[in-house]
Amino acid sequence: MENVKAAMENAGSAGKAEAINYQSVKQKFQSYLKHPGSFAVYILTSLAALITVLVLGFIIVYILVKGVPHLTPDLFAWEYNSENVSMLPSIINTLLLTALALVIVVPIGIFSAIYMVEYAKKGNKIVSIVRVTAETLSGIPSIVYGLFGMIFFVGVCNFGNSLLAGALTVAIMVLPTVMRTTEEALLSVPNSYREGSFGLGAGKLRTVFKVVLPSAVPGILSGIILATGRIVGETAALIYTAGTVAKVPESVFDSTRTLAVHMYNLSKEGLNTNQAYATAVVLLIVVILINMLSNFAARKLSAKQK
Amino acid sequence: MKVKEKVMEYVFLLCACVSILAVALICIFLFANGLPAMKEIGVFDFLLGKRWKPGNDIYGIFPMILGSIYVTAGAIIVGVPIGLLTAVYLAKFCPAGLYKIIKPGIDLLAGIPSVVYGFFGLCVIVPAVRTLFKDTFGGNGQSIFTASVLLGIMILPTIIGIAESAIRAVPERYYQGALALGATHERAVFLTVVPAAKSGIMAGIVLGIGRAIGETMAVIMVAGNQARMPKGIFQGIRTLTANIVIEMGYATDLHREALIATGVVLFVFILIINTLFSILKRKEVH
Repeated sequence: MENVKAAMENAGSAGKAEAINYQSVKQKFQSYLKHPGSFAVYILTSLAALITVLVLGFIIVYILVKGVPHLTPDLFAWEYNSENVSMLPSIINTLLLTALALVIVVPIGIFSAIYMVEYAKKGNKIVSIVRVTAETLSGIPSIVYGLFGMIFFVGVCNFGNSLLAGALTVAIMVLPTVMRTTEEALLSVPNSYREGSFGLGAGKLRTVFKVVLPSAVPGILSGIILATGRIVGETAALIYTAGTVAKVPESVFDSTRTLAVHMYNLSKEGLNTNQAYATAVVLLIVVILINMLSNFAARKLSAKQK
Repeated sequence: MKVKEKVMEYVFLLCACVSILAVALICIFLFANGLPAMKEIGVFDFLLGKRWKPGNDIYGIFPMILGSIYVTAGAIIVGVPIGLLTAVYLAKFCPAGLYKIIKPGIDLLAGIPSVVYGFFGLCVIVPAVRTLFKDTFGGNGQSIFTASVLLGIMILPTIIGIAESAIRAVPERYYQGALALGATHERAVFLTVVPAAKSGIMAGIVLGIGRAIGETMAVIMVAGNQARMPKGIFQGIRTLTANIVIEMGYATDLHREALIATGVVLFVFILIINTLFSILKRKEVH
């Protein structure tokens, strides 16, 4: 209150218009002197944010500093053995598994989002059931997916510990992510686009594929990138579905070890701590790149809307 | 042309049903494989039995249930105050320039794989706890306390993300009204805006609980994994998730089914937490 008055007087005496809701540092300081409680709260809040930032910075810097010096050419040898603990096979496996999982999940995720946004009528029962199940899926921990994959894909479908079983398991795991982001991207496409297309005589299908989907591409992409990040970092769902063989598979029915599983094995054995740090660096860099890409795609989408 | 339209509509519908099918399959196969074991062991012996000795066919998961609950509670104690205050800072205190740096950082925190967190915990937090507390409290560093700290860090981005958007969703006039009545910025934020965002913030905390209880790889590396009743916060513990991953590799017959039943218990916990989360979220909308 006093501050506002002071500011008004200030403005009056100086004879020029000044924003009355502006608080100078001095005024803020005086206000804090009068309200020490508020000052304490301000300090606490800033401290919490500082802790968060410091923890994040510490984790990243620590792993980079410890790991980068150990990124030797040995770690990228073609063949894995217990001597060189090469991560190259695991990197290739990760790429293969991620690609296979995305090939499975992306069409399903996009198509179901298309149904939910473009086709389903208001109050459709199926839509509300799909919403609830997708929400349930996104809350299930990865170890439960791992158990399910082990029982169903490895056991019942008889795929064995294989690339295919692992890919199918993580595909289900990231399905809600792809669905939700695609849905949001489709919803953000203005209705006038659809009306324009209908007005020119296009059918529903053509409108969806030629008009709505292309303008939703950045949003869909950012969802796919997010899903990729989750697959790359996944361990618990893959140990008992894709297995732990550190070799590039010859077919989709061969067991594979992804980079995150490789990292778990290294740190569990406790013999190759330095190499584990180096593996962590590679994982971290991949995650940072994925984050940057997804931010970039999201920014593209919001720029388009403006 | 008409036929193609109709066919594609059914294709879309079919895809939409995949997630229903997935949830149904997960429920059916988990319960079908887990419940018989629970019956054979005896539901009470299984859930409340204090000893887990697969070698002697004794399967009581009460220590693991307690372990999961303790570790999750610890994560909440560590993560919620920091996460909540950080969310308030981001929404109401942070200068725009700083926000552009911090926000992507927190997104990154959410994206770091749990093995990397676990490894970090193993190499940094465990030795630190060992040297700091060994003389006074004993223990070798792998403990409830260590796991709580690590999980507290891991659930930060979840809590911050949801709490921040809940705070931002509160109409600006609440804040302005408080200022007009003479409140300081801090008073206005903490006594009008934050209470108005209550159910959204609670939803964030509940989701954080879900993350903490379901976390596997990070906990395995820092919690010690002894399958016995908890003896103190500086002693080791095994969680439900850890129990599954550690023993599934060599388990057979009833042991294997008992582990799947452990997964069923975890799944039921998660379903309860999810239901709570969606109730809270619906409350926020109205």
